[in-house]
Amino acid sequence: MLGNHSHAQRYRLASCEVSFYSEAPLENIEAVTVDAQSAFDSSSGEVAFLIPIRGFQFEKALMQEHFNENYLESEKYPNATFEGELEGFQPDISEEQTVTAKGKLTIHGVTREVEVPGTIQPANGNWEMQATFPISVADYKIKIPKVVFYNIAETVDVTVQFTYQPDAQP
Amino acid sequence: MSLYNLLTSPMHSLKYYFVLLLCQLPLLLYAQGGLLDELEEASEGTEAPTESTFKGTRIVNGQSVELWDDGALGFIISHRFGRLNGGAYEFFGLDDSNIRLGLEYGLTDFLNVGIGRNSFQKTYDGYLKLRVLQQQSGTRQIPVSIVAFSSMAINTLRNDEQNPPFSSRIDYTYQLLIARKFSSRLSLQVSPTLVHRNLVELRENPNNLYALGLGGRWKATSRVSLNAEYFLRLNAETEPLYNDAFALGVDIETGGHVFQLHLTNTQSMIEEGFITETTGDFFSGDIHFGFNISRVFQLK
Repeated sequence: MLGNHSHAQRYRLASCEVSFYSEAPLENIEAVTVDAQSAFDSSSGEVAFLIPIRGFQFEKALMQEHFNENYLESEKYPNATFEGELEGFQPDISEEQTVTAKGKLTIHGVTREVEVPGTIQPANGNWEMQATFPISVADYKIKIPKVVFYNIAETVDVTVQFTYQPDAQP
Repeated sequence: MSLYNLLTSPMHSLKYYFVLLLCQLPLLLYAQGGLLDELEEASEGTEAPTESTFKGTRIVNGQSVELWDDGALGFIISHRFGRLNGGAYEFFGLDDSNIRLGLEYGLTDFLNVGIGRNSFQKTYDGYLKLRVLQQQSGTRQIPVSIVAFSSMAINTLRNDEQNPPFSSRIDYTYQLLIARKFSSRLSLQVSPTLVHRNLVELRENPNNLYALGLGGRWKATSRVSLNAEYFLRLNAETEPLYNDAFALGVDIETGGHVFQLHLTNTQSMIEEGFITETTGDFFSGDIHFGFNISRVFQLK
């Protein structure tokens, strides 16, 4: 469809883990999902991902319900997405390299330009990408009322781990 | 002036080209949009269960299609005070109070068990709730959630004069709870109900009383919803002293608790009681203020 890219350089997700962690006085909040989609083009450095909000699993079911129902409003905004490119990425280097993912991050219907430092390394014809970055909940208009029984920190640390394999589709 | 006029009129050739350009704009954008568009296209139609149809496991008096998740223990404290029209002498009903203490537990995500004790008629109750169908969006849509509910209630009020056999103190309620979350704000529920009473007050009263429960919620904000509920008795011609149960409520959710405040014409907090033995007439002021407070404990 996008004829100007050679398919040999297109990668799709083999496995992934996206998690976030928030430290709070009463109880720490942690959630993880392995249900994301991502594509990576090693020739242009373009990268995109789409994470269904409902996929995040919490330790407590009620916390998960509040996360979807009250904070992220996942019915209205079902996915978090990123579209951008890896700055400083060199496809020919065979060891770990530090890159900056620069592009548009959309969470809770709010799109912001972000720059996220991370690493990428080749592994048996695949690419492994990691990044950890803080997200301020206020930036994405996620409202946290003052009267909640578990306090929620204003920033949460997001960790993404993507493993890409060559796109086999013709 | 419609788009059709614009396109067919040779007089507006400049506009014509402009409109043509506009029509191509989405195509241009699509060609530019890269990887994310492909991902979005691929993720369309993903199935997602509809959650949080109601805030609590009860709409007001009656059960909702909500269940506790696997390993969650819900502790529910309910009160129904006396009648508002008792006036200042009765402190508008607050002098008189009935309490029900209840525990509900998620054996699995689709099966809950509950027990409770209501001070009104010193009644114990136990029940099972089984989720049969869960509303779902996506390519395989399921339009409604369906939950089967079955309960048993035992009235232990002392009655030395008649001293009825134990079995005559038992009542059973069976319900099919059918609900649809129409939007994040609006959910409606229909609950066909059968109440079987082992002992009825009069010979002509039916042992099997059928009723249709109607309930709904309007979510005003992410933490507050307004609820209403009505139980229409279908074969209660011989029981004119009793009324259909009606209730209006507000749910307030604060993290681990849900507070439900309501006004209702019934004093019982057990299905058999409020569906078949509601004595108050809501519209002549026989209104009981009440609340349910539920607190969840995650046991595993």
